[in-house]
Order: sequence, then C-alpha cells, then structure tokens
Amino acid sequence: MSDTAAGADQAHQAADGAGHDGADGNAEIDEKTRRDFLIMSTAAVGGVGAAMAVWPLIDQMNPAKDTLALASTEVDLSPIEVGQSITVVWRGKPVFIRRRSAEEIKAAEDVKLADLVDPQSDKDRVQKPEWLIMVGVCTHLGCIPLGQKSSDPKGEFGGWFCPCHGSHYDTSGRIRKGPAPTNLPVPGYEFLQDTVVKIG
Amino acid sequence: MSSQGSEFKSNSAIVNWIEYRLPVFSFMNGQLNEYPTPKNLNYMWNFGSLAGIVLVIMIATGITLAMHYTAHVDYAFDSVERIMRDVNYGWLIRYIHMNGGSFFFIVVYIHIFRGLYYGSYKAPREILWIIGVFILLAMMATAFMGYVLPWGQMSFWGATVITNLFSAFPIIGESVVEWLWGGFVVDNPTLNRFYALHYLLPFVIVGLVFVHLWALHVHHSNNPTGVEIKNLGEDTIPFHPYYTIKDLFGLGVLLIFFAGFVFYAPNYMGHPDNYIEANPLVTPAHIVPEWYFLPFYAILRAFTADFFLYWPVSWLISAKLAGVLAMFGSILLFVLLPWLDTSRVRSCRYRPVYRYFFWIFLIDCIVLGVVGGKPAEGVWVTIGQIATFWYFFHLVILTPLIGWLETPKPLPESISASVLQDNPAAQPAE
Repeated sequence: MSDTAAGADQAHQAADGAGHDGADGNAEIDEKTRRDFLIMSTAAVGGVGAAMAVWPLIDQMNPAKDTLALASTEVDLSPIEVGQSITVVWRGKPVFIRRRSAEEIKAAEDVKLADLVDPQSDKDRVQKPEWLIMVGVCTHLGCIPLGQKSSDPKGEFGGWFCPCHGSHYDTSGRIRKGPAPTNLPVPGYEFLQDTVVKIG
Repeated sequence: MSSQGSEFKSNSAIVNWIEYRLPVFSFMNGQLNEYPTPKNLNYMWNFGSLAGIVLVIMIATGITLAMHYTAHVDYAFDSVERIMRDVNYGWLIRYIHMNGGSFFFIVVYIHIFRGLYYGSYKAPREILWIIGVFILLAMMATAFMGYVLPWGQMSFWGATVITNLFSAFPIIGESVVEWLWGGFVVDNPTLNRFYALHYLLPFVIVGLVFVHLWALHVHHSNNPTGVEIKNLGEDTIPFHPYYTIKDLFGLGVLLIFFAGFVFYAPNYMGHPDNYIEANPLVTPAHIVPEWYFLPFYAILRAFTADFFLYWPVSWLISAKLAGVLAMFGSILLFVLLPWLDTSRVRSCRYRPVYRYFFWIFLIDCIVLGVVGGKPAEGVWVTIGQIATFWYFFHLVILTPLIGWLETPKPLPESISASVLQDNPAAQPAE
C-alpha cells in the first residue's frame, strides 16, 4: 500500500471515529487486525445463526408429537393358552407375547451364557417365566421373524426364524445363529393385573 | 469453446437481438452443432446421450403420475391401482416409468463399463468421472424411494431393510433410523418424505448432468484409442449431423427393447409381491431389491462373522456394519479409480493384460448380481463371498499393480492415424 493510500485509509478511519487510536504509524497493521476480527466474528455469528436456522429443517423429520403419544398399549392375556402366541401392535411395531410351556422355559434357562452371541440369561428377559414379551422385529434389518403360528418354521432352536436373512432365535428370543447381532429386544412393560399387561 | 461460439452468425434479426443480450444461440451452436467430436467413436459412446433421454422420459412420466398419486399409507396403493385401471393411459405411463427405471440403470451401467474399458476416467477427466459417480448415487436414492411409493409389500419391506442399514452405526444408528422414518417404523411420515425427495432428486440429477457435460466439453470425449485429440481438423467431426444421427439410431434400437418390455412383459423386472398391499406385520418369505441393486445387496450380505475379509476388522466393528460400509464403499471406491489405475495408457485396446481383468471384473459383477437375488444360504453364501473378495481385490490391488507391471502395446500416433491404419482405403485424396 502506498503512503498516500495508507494516509487516505487513516483519514477515512478517523472520520469513522470510534475506536481509532490516533496516527501512531501502525495504522495499516491496526486496520488489518481489526478487519480480520470483524470478518471472523461476522462469519462465526453468521455460521452459528445458519446452523441454528437449519436445525428446525432437520428436526422436523424426527417423530412428531402425535407419533410419540401412541406410546403404550394395554393387552388382555386371559384368552391365551399355554403354548400359544399373539402379536400386538405397539408404536406400529409387532410385539410377540408367548405363553411358554414348561419345556420351553426349561430349554431357555438351561442354555449356558457362553453359548450365546448376545449373552443374557432368561430370567433377565422376563418378569414372569410363563410370559415372554418382546419386540418381534429382527435385529438384523427389521423383518418380522416367523414362529408365532404353530405352523410356522421356528428355526433350529425352537423359537423364531427370520426368513429374510436366516436368523435363528431360541425360546427366550435370543439370537443363536445367523446375521442378527442382538437378541429380540424386551420392551418396558408392567402387569396391571395377573392377566393384563401394559406395554410401553 | 468460446472460439467456436464467436464464429456464430445468424440472418435473423430476432436471433441476433437475443444473442446480443444472452448468447444462448452461439452456446447451443458451439456445444451441440459444431462441437468437435472424435471421429472414431463406436456405438458404446451412444449410452451417455441415451441416459439423458431416459432421464427426460422419467421426468415426463413421473410428473404426470404425480398428478394422480396420493402419498398416504391408506390411499397410496389404491391410487396406483386407479392409475392402472381408470386414469386415461395411466397403465401406459406407469409401465413406462416402471420399466424406464430399469432401462435407466441398464443404459448407465453400460455407460460406466464403457468408461472402465476405455479408461475415460483418467486425467484430465477425473472430475467428469467423479460427477458421474455422484449421478449414480443420486439415481440409486431416487430409484429406491420411488419403489416405496406404490406401498406394496416389497415397497414396505425394502424400505424397512434399507433404512435399517443405518442402525448398524454404533451409538447414533438408532436415532438416525428414527429420524429417517419420522416414527418407530416405516409409516406415513416416511412415505410422505420419500415422495417429496423422489420428486426433488431427478432435478438434482439434471443439475449434475449439466456439470457432467460441462466437464466433458472442456476436454472433449475420450475415444476407443484413448489418444487425445491432436488436430481438430484431422481427428474430429462436428457433433451434428454425424453424432446426432448416430445417437438417434441408437435411440431407435433402445426404444424397440424398451417398448418390448412395456407392452409385452411390463412386470418382468418387478416382483409380484409388490401387488400385495403393504402389511407391517407380515414379512414376505423372500425379500429382494430391484435387479439393479442386487450386486450391492450381495456385497452387503457377504459380510458374516466367518467371512475372511471381516476378520481383520472383527475386533472393531460388527459384521453388519462391515457389510454396510463395504456396500457403500463398493461404489465410493470408484471416486478413487483415476488414482488407483496407475497405467498411463487409457484404452484397454492397448492393455493386453488389464483387458482380460476388465472382463473378469464384469463377470464378477454379474455373479454378484445373481447371488444377490438368491436366498442367503448354502453355496450362494460362499460364491457371494468369493465374488465380493474379487470385487475389492480387482479395484484395490490388481488395478494399481497391473498398471505398474504391464507393458502396453504401442499407441497409434493420433486418432486419425488409427482410423487410416484400420482402413487404408479411407486415405483422403491429396
């Protein structure tokens, strides 16, 4: 920058007034740091503002309030006989409720934890051993495993079998073979009465 | 380019008036009429413009279908059936759109393998190639979301399986999936947003195609010899009429096959299960994606706990995540191809070793496609794993290695010299 140009800048700055520290010969450097500061702070404030403005556009895709409101389902268990299963809908997902037979409970309890892909004991998966309640969505890629009807294939471990990619679940709904990484999840539930359960 | 444009002159006062304010006529003339094109392009070079035409067909039929479609889980399936039965020519428009999706991929896959064989991705066309990879990704997203809209069983369960891929990512996976769904399962919010994006993305593709063509026209088309244009007069001919007519002939051939499918086998490339309305509580026995996704689906499924490619990372990530990363990686690797291929020779015509591996790679991709359509059991698992291994081995190991070791055949002096060598009778009169 030539002397005249620097002088002109200085004069301009002086005319602007505020914050000018007089003609001390460092006007050029002073000008640069102040401009850098203004540019960076403007960019920072603008960037944060833009990010905040984008958030509603992203968050609108998350589950809406009415979707979240459908959070719990009550089920009457009294019509279910031993060895029968029913499927109820909770949050749009199928929930498997099975009244297990004594052999099924014994088979589930006898498994050594070391044999499991996702070790979890049977008693940690049920509140009452007779009632197995779990989300019937394969933990691999979200298909619905077969095994609810008596005519369905139940896989090599007598529980459920996912036809999409061949995951086998045992009588506790634990993954035993195939690509699924984890056991069928147990939703939060409580027994309101002996035969009425509230899921969610 | 500007030099071709500057020679533009018109006798029409209106054209000149517009041209002075917006030089659109000189631009069109330079890019579509006089545009210098290598004179030795074979029919493999038809598929770029064919893809463009199929894109236009898809947008035209798509907008008209949108006038009758209802994006709601209670009405979507019925509105599609209404299009098929009651809307005037609705059956025709939908069958064109359905099969057009498949033909778009047929044409684009041929276009991509043309680029692979003739080394069209090499300097200075890397960005041209990378934009092409992005177009492929945008096409895949568009096709996937479009397949969900009829709300049949395959729509629903395809959407469920594919969106669940994101659950493989640790910690954030579950929230990402719920964010994609707008709920706890694929449901009405999912259908609505897929419809909105399915309408949007084709126009994004149009934008990408413009940038693709822009990059193409900077350094001009590659050609079967892979030798750059050295002399515009000797090596090139104007795009019009020489290649407009050649592309139109190719279009005629394509439309014969296209019409054959639309009128005689409209559902051949679809799945009967998609004519059953979506049922969130019953999964069909055998879920398969559309045929154009099958090779990638096979790569996804190849990653099981006992797959040897998974062992090196098994301490770090689950087999499911490894499969998801491999599937996305199988496409994104093409971004790096210009640097993975170390050979300075473009065309496989002059690459005696790599040429064979090109064909093996093509067969490997077809094998992956076949495996992707079979149930994941028995011998198909092993074949899929071997083919998956070869896919990555070819791109990451063989491609750089052969580039270093291979001795290419001597290249022709120029495009013109190669043409005259093949056909001495074509020697121009002195």
